Amino acid sequence: MGFKETGVITREELEERGLLPSIERLEKGPIAIAECPEGIPCNICVNVCPFNAVLMDKIYDLPRIDPDKCIGCGVCVPQCPGLAMFIVDLSKPDRALITLPYEFPPEPRKGMRVKLLDRAGNVVGEGSIVKVWQYDKTWAVTVETPRDKWFEVRAIWIPEK
Amino acid sequence: MGYYYMPGDYRIIHHPIIDFRRGRRIRFYYNDRVVEAYEGESILAALYAIGYRVFSYSPDGRRPRGAFCMIGKCSSCLSIVDGVPNTRICITPVREGARVYSQKGIPEIPHKLRVEPVETKTIKTDVLVIGGGPAGLQAALTLADEGFDVVLVDDHPRLGGQLVKQTHRFFGARRFYGGVRGFRIAEKLSKNVLERDNIHVYTQALAYGFFKEGVVGVAVRGGKPLNLIVKPKAVIGSTGACERTILFENNDLPGVMGAGGAQTLMNEYGVRPGDRAFIVGSGNVGLIVAYQLLQAGVRVLGMAEILPHIGGWFVHAAKIRRLGVKIYTKHTVTRAIGRDRVEKAVISMIDEKYQPIPGSEKVFDIDLLLLAVGLQPNYSLFSQAGTVMKYVPEIGGLVPIRTYYMETSVKNLYIAGDASGIEEATTAFIEGEIAALTIALKLGDDRSGVEKRRDQLVDYLWREYRMSPVVERARRGKLKVTVSEEDMEKIRRGELDGF
Ligand SMILES: Cc1cc2nc3c(=O)[nH]c(=O)nc-3n(C[C@H](O)[C@H](O)[C@H](O)COP(=O)(O)OP(=O)(O)OC[C@H]3O[C@@H](n4cnc5c(N)ncnc54)[C@H](O)[C@@H]3O)c2cc1C
Ligand code: SF4
Ligand code: SF4
Ligand code: FES
Repeated sequence: MGFKETGVITREELEERGLLPSIERLEKGPIAIAECPEGIPCNICVNVCPFNAVLMDKIYDLPRIDPDKCIGCGVCVPQCPGLAMFIVDLSKPDRALITLPYEFPPEPRKGMRVKLLDRAGNVVGEGSIVKVWQYDKTWAVTVETPRDKWFEVRAIWIPEK
Repeated sequence: MGYYYMPGDYRIIHHPIIDFRRGRRIRFYYNDRVVEAYEGESILAALYAIGYRVFSYSPDGRRPRGAFCMIGKCSSCLSIVDGVPNTRICITPVREGARVYSQKGIPEIPHKLRVEPVETKTIKTDVLVIGGGPAGLQAALTLADEGFDVVLVDDHPRLGGQLVKQTHRFFGARRFYGGVRGFRIAEKLSKNVLERDNIHVYTQALAYGFFKEGVVGVAVRGGKPLNLIVKPKAVIGSTGACERTILFENNDLPGVMGAGGAQTLMNEYGVRPGDRAFIVGSGNVGLIVAYQLLQAGVRVLGMAEILPHIGGWFVHAAKIRRLGVKIYTKHTVTRAIGRDRVEKAVISMIDEKYQPIPGSEKVFDIDLLLLAVGLQPNYSLFSQAGTVMKYVPEIGGLVPIRTYYMETSVKNLYIAGDASGIEEATTAFIEGEIAALTIALKLGDDRSGVEKRRDQLVDYLWREYRMSPVVERARRGKLKVTVSEEDMEKIRRGELDGF
């Protein structure tokens, strides 16, 4: 079963399409991962990236992130209409930093403890928010997660008090 | 989750994306009880907000009817407003002191009603645009830019069509508002349209039919009723689409609603359509509505999809999957259960012949069952006008044959957007602009390079935008009904086989 059946994309499916950066690159510092595998007619990421790091020839091509140009700034995260852009940073030896889009109440704040969810909505751990910022109502939230969960975590849930 | 509601009130106070600005508080009577509402709400939205779910009864007076379409298309909300029976309260704005009664079956003739004579007004214009969604708005603006006089009519109280209900950022290129939230595109374009002196806008205005020589009748409701007779040189029909329904036991129970109906309630009026929802159909509409329900504080217990795979785009599916919403592929809804409102949904797995497999049922406790099973173009005006049509399942059913420039077999009648076959907003903008530029070319001279701009757009639409693999099916469908101008001439003379 592929992502069209499950709604969950696997590591292999991302790799086959060249959508996953190498571990070496991830260990050097933050980089964007575009989980956008279908060639939908969209090129917003190309337009918003201040570093021209997203390559696309025709509007129906897959977004390609240039590993040398992308600095993982996260500008694309809250602006991607598919909420499909994530930033992963494996440069710290003991943890991973993941930046993801968030559009629910309550407002996320630095220091909050949150549930970490995988692509199927399973809770796979807890983490802390280390940075938040907003673009037109969509939050970009950077969470600190266990290092071995860098590929799994793709959403957060802020538990009720 | 951090949602706050007034007790007994389904109005959304804090929404992560939309700031609901409510009008003055007013009062009206519902079945002789005083109810409070906010100016700007429709009668149905105001009643729904305080917990009403049943609004009328079937013709035999026995089966309760709830809200379904919320855009005046399905007749399940027919009520008596100030003595006028068969009023669709989903699109009738609340008014101080109005007397509203729910209607049980077929109403009496309102003999005693004092009806004001309907004034008839005849106006001439260059172009009449029917429908103010993305296709119509873009067409009107393009024509106005070229200096033409435009009349824009829309049945809904607000301009924007489907865009008004979309909280997410749209895909596509920036030239066609990619990256901007749907409701913001609607705000921006409506504002532009209303600012133009050469665009005359009528809302709550239903184009009801074509007469000889391209004359169109428009019934303007709201305020003083008006029978507007428009004499245009050309017409663009951008009437959009309406939702389909499917057959299953109790599919008429209140709480069974079109996905678009729920969107209208929660994103246009800021009223939470329920507490626990199940969705049928995993096309883009279903997937998006699931996400929007979560944003409005509604729990989504799952989605059923009859195909073996998810219907819509992966990115939309991924957004709800990672928040734990399950999508049951190879499943369909077989039954709704409840007395006056839906309380449970039953789904079943299906076999190779798409028949439910006995024993595979799953039951969900819900108060909202949303149908997102496809859209159907609003073609009735075009068939009345006599356009040659074709049934094309890939784009939602019956649609007029058209040229690459969007002209139908009835000369000077153009179509654009979902009315020409279901696609999405970007193609609606492009088709609207192509139709507008073609009319500009015919009615005027070509000082500003109109022909070149149009041909570039046609090229972009067919050779780039529609080449994306995810829109392949729609492209195939549109190809089946798009012909060259020469072939259209033959169709008009009845000389082309198959038409
Ligand atoms: C849930 C959902 C999500 C979507 N998401 C996206 C997306 O992410 N990206 C994208 O590109 N597209 C998206 N779309 C599709 C897009 O919104 C539609 O394709 C687009 O709105 C079609 O534009 P239109 O102008 O043809 O019709 P509409 O927007 O449907 O407008 C038609 C208008 O015509 C009026 N009308 C109809 N009949 C008459 C009449 N007889 N007289 C007067 N007025 C009349 C109606 O009141 C309406 O206002 C989505 C649609 C839905 C339902
Ligand atoms: S902006 Fe997002 S949805 Fe659009 S192409 Fe880029 S990654 Fe895909
Ligand atoms: S993270 Fe920054 S540099 Fe990298 S693709 Fe996104 S916007 Fe461009
Ligand atoms: S006509 Fe009012 S809900 Fe459909």
